[in-house]
Amino acid sequence: MMNMRSQWQTAAVARAPSSGRAGIRKIGRLEPAALAGVMSRDVAIFGRYWKATTFSSIVQPTIYLLAFGLGFGTLVKQIGHVKTVQYIGTGTVATAVLFSSAFPGMFNTFIRWQFQRTYDAMLAAPVDVEELITAEVLWISVRAGVYGVAPLLVAFAFGLPPEWGMLLVPAIGFVTGFGFAAFGVTVAAIAKTIDNFNYITSAVLTPMFLVAGTFFPVSSLPDGVRQVAQVNPLYHCVQLVRDASLGGLGTGDLGHAAVLIAFALVMWRLAIRQLGRRLID
Amino acid sequence: MYSRLSCMMSVCRAIKDHVLQGKKDYRTISVRLSVPCLGTQEVPKAPESRPTVSEVPDEPTQRVGDAWAGDAREDAPAISLRGVRKRFGEIVAVDGLDLEVPAGVCFGLLGPNGAGKSTTMRMLTAQTLADEGAISVLGYELPRESKQSRLEMGVVPQLDNLDVELTCRQILTVFARLYRVPRGERTAAVARALEIANLQPRADTIVKELSGGMRRRLLVARGLIHDPRLVLLDEPTVGLDPQVRQELWTLIDGLRASGVTVLMSTHYIEEAERLADTVAVMSQGRVIAQGTPAELVRAHAGEQVLEVYGPPEHLVRVGELAAGNGWASRRSGPAVAIMRAETLDGKAPEGVRRPANLEDAFVALTGQEIE
Repeated sequence: MMNMRSQWQTAAVARAPSSGRAGIRKIGRLEPAALAGVMSRDVAIFGRYWKATTFSSIVQPTIYLLAFGLGFGTLVKQIGHVKTVQYIGTGTVATAVLFSSAFPGMFNTFIRWQFQRTYDAMLAAPVDVEELITAEVLWISVRAGVYGVAPLLVAFAFGLPPEWGMLLVPAIGFVTGFGFAAFGVTVAAIAKTIDNFNYITSAVLTPMFLVAGTFFPVSSLPDGVRQVAQVNPLYHCVQLVRDASLGGLGTGDLGHAAVLIAFALVMWRLAIRQLGRRLID
Repeated sequence: MYSRLSCMMSVCRAIKDHVLQGKKDYRTISVRLSVPCLGTQEVPKAPESRPTVSEVPDEPTQRVGDAWAGDAREDAPAISLRGVRKRFGEIVAVDGLDLEVPAGVCFGLLGPNGAGKSTTMRMLTAQTLADEGAISVLGYELPRESKQSRLEMGVVPQLDNLDVELTCRQILTVFARLYRVPRGERTAAVARALEIANLQPRADTIVKELSGGMRRRLLVARGLIHDPRLVLLDEPTVGLDPQVRQELWTLIDGLRASGVTVLMSTHYIEEAERLADTVAVMSQGRVIAQGTPAELVRAHAGEQVLEVYGPPEHLVRVGELAAGNGWASRRSGPAVAIMRAETLDGKAPEGVRRPANLEDAFVALTGQEIE
């Protein structure tokens, strides 16, 4: 016991004797150091899960392409005026981005906030709510941008020709992912229990990913539904990815990009507002 | 998609279960502690210069130049709360709290559950915002300058909020970044924190595999990673076994000895009695008494307490006798304890005299029994 006592004391006393002031510096909003700190935790966690994440991001589009290619593709060679593989390959990019951003946005936020109380720990450090949420959303969207490319790589194997415009896909995935990650954070802030996510998954995300021109053209849908698709950010993501990947970029794509950027900005502020209200009481 | 969802749900449940299940095994730690430590002689020297302002060199001239701003704040009490009120719906958690914690002391905030201690702690990090009143921490006005004050203080929460999936080293490194420890000093800071927590051999173990006591020590080390000058400890030893509690007490004592201001909330009388230079007793959201433990005991329980044992009927009679004579008394388990026994003279019933302690004072003050 004595041994331990003296040791603990020594260790504690050995701190810098009269540590100077930590700085009279004013610290501002959205400091890069705070964002990097929060994201460094995400990176450390990702170090434990990257294999599973990478596996699913490769296998999922493979299954889509196989299912649609072997099943449906024997009946339908072309969707709209592009080949089935081109259509599905690019459509799957959007679903990959959606799932790799909205789900972590909802689940990670809820778990870290409610179960692990990680956010409480971080907010006791010099990190504010805005920085915390921005960093979390930023990390998810970087990941979504990177993993959004996986379906294209898989589709190459199924005969999708590479195209220079595809280099824009990570950026499109990033912006879309930012919006959906922030959407997920907002949902988590409003949810009472984690089971509430079922409502969002079935009533919002599922129709959203189907009515977006991912697997069949929106133009084949009834008028009313087609209008709804116009306000679906994922639809704009699909259009942009398809135009970029199939060499069809035009001025109309600026509109799609504008919608995605607006969606991302609105959701970002909304997420900070909603979760901020619950994190700080 | 649904498979992914259901998989995520099950992960969540697993995590939730894990968190709710809490700590289970302390055996490993007692084994470790009986091993004499080899690292005692060589304590890594803490970084000389302070972190944060990498651009601003930490030179003496700089200090002098900043003195007008710095000194005002150095002289200020470490923590000051004036007329602070906080309500949550119907419940008034903090009700006109005035509190001043001078720099360099170990200050104990003692009170029963629900007295407003944790709310007060959360207000000091601006995680709860006061409805009324003024709060300043290390000379910074809250909530406006809260981020700056958080940079210079460490917080050890009541509830374990460690990342169960990360290793000790990873957690400490993340927090070294969050607390702006400069890149070049991070490794040393992490090593020092591991040393403080006596967790060097477990540095690369993930938290899930640590015992409850180790987790708590890691939690403390995390709050000390940036060498803060103020540390908030919210119920630091709640739920720990006596041995782990002793270890933490030693650590807290060491912090105070090295000049760090410590504000510790607790509902363990013994903890406050042993560690705190000054104790403030909180009840129903405000401070009802303040002083050194000895002063509080003398003022509210006298020098001696007479404990009268006997069957329940006898105790009832003793209680009535005490009330009739205007003696302060309380039921204390199988006995009635009468305060200020030194003033009782001949009328006192048969019983055992013992020195008054902080618990007596506490009960006399709050009318509430405590653990």
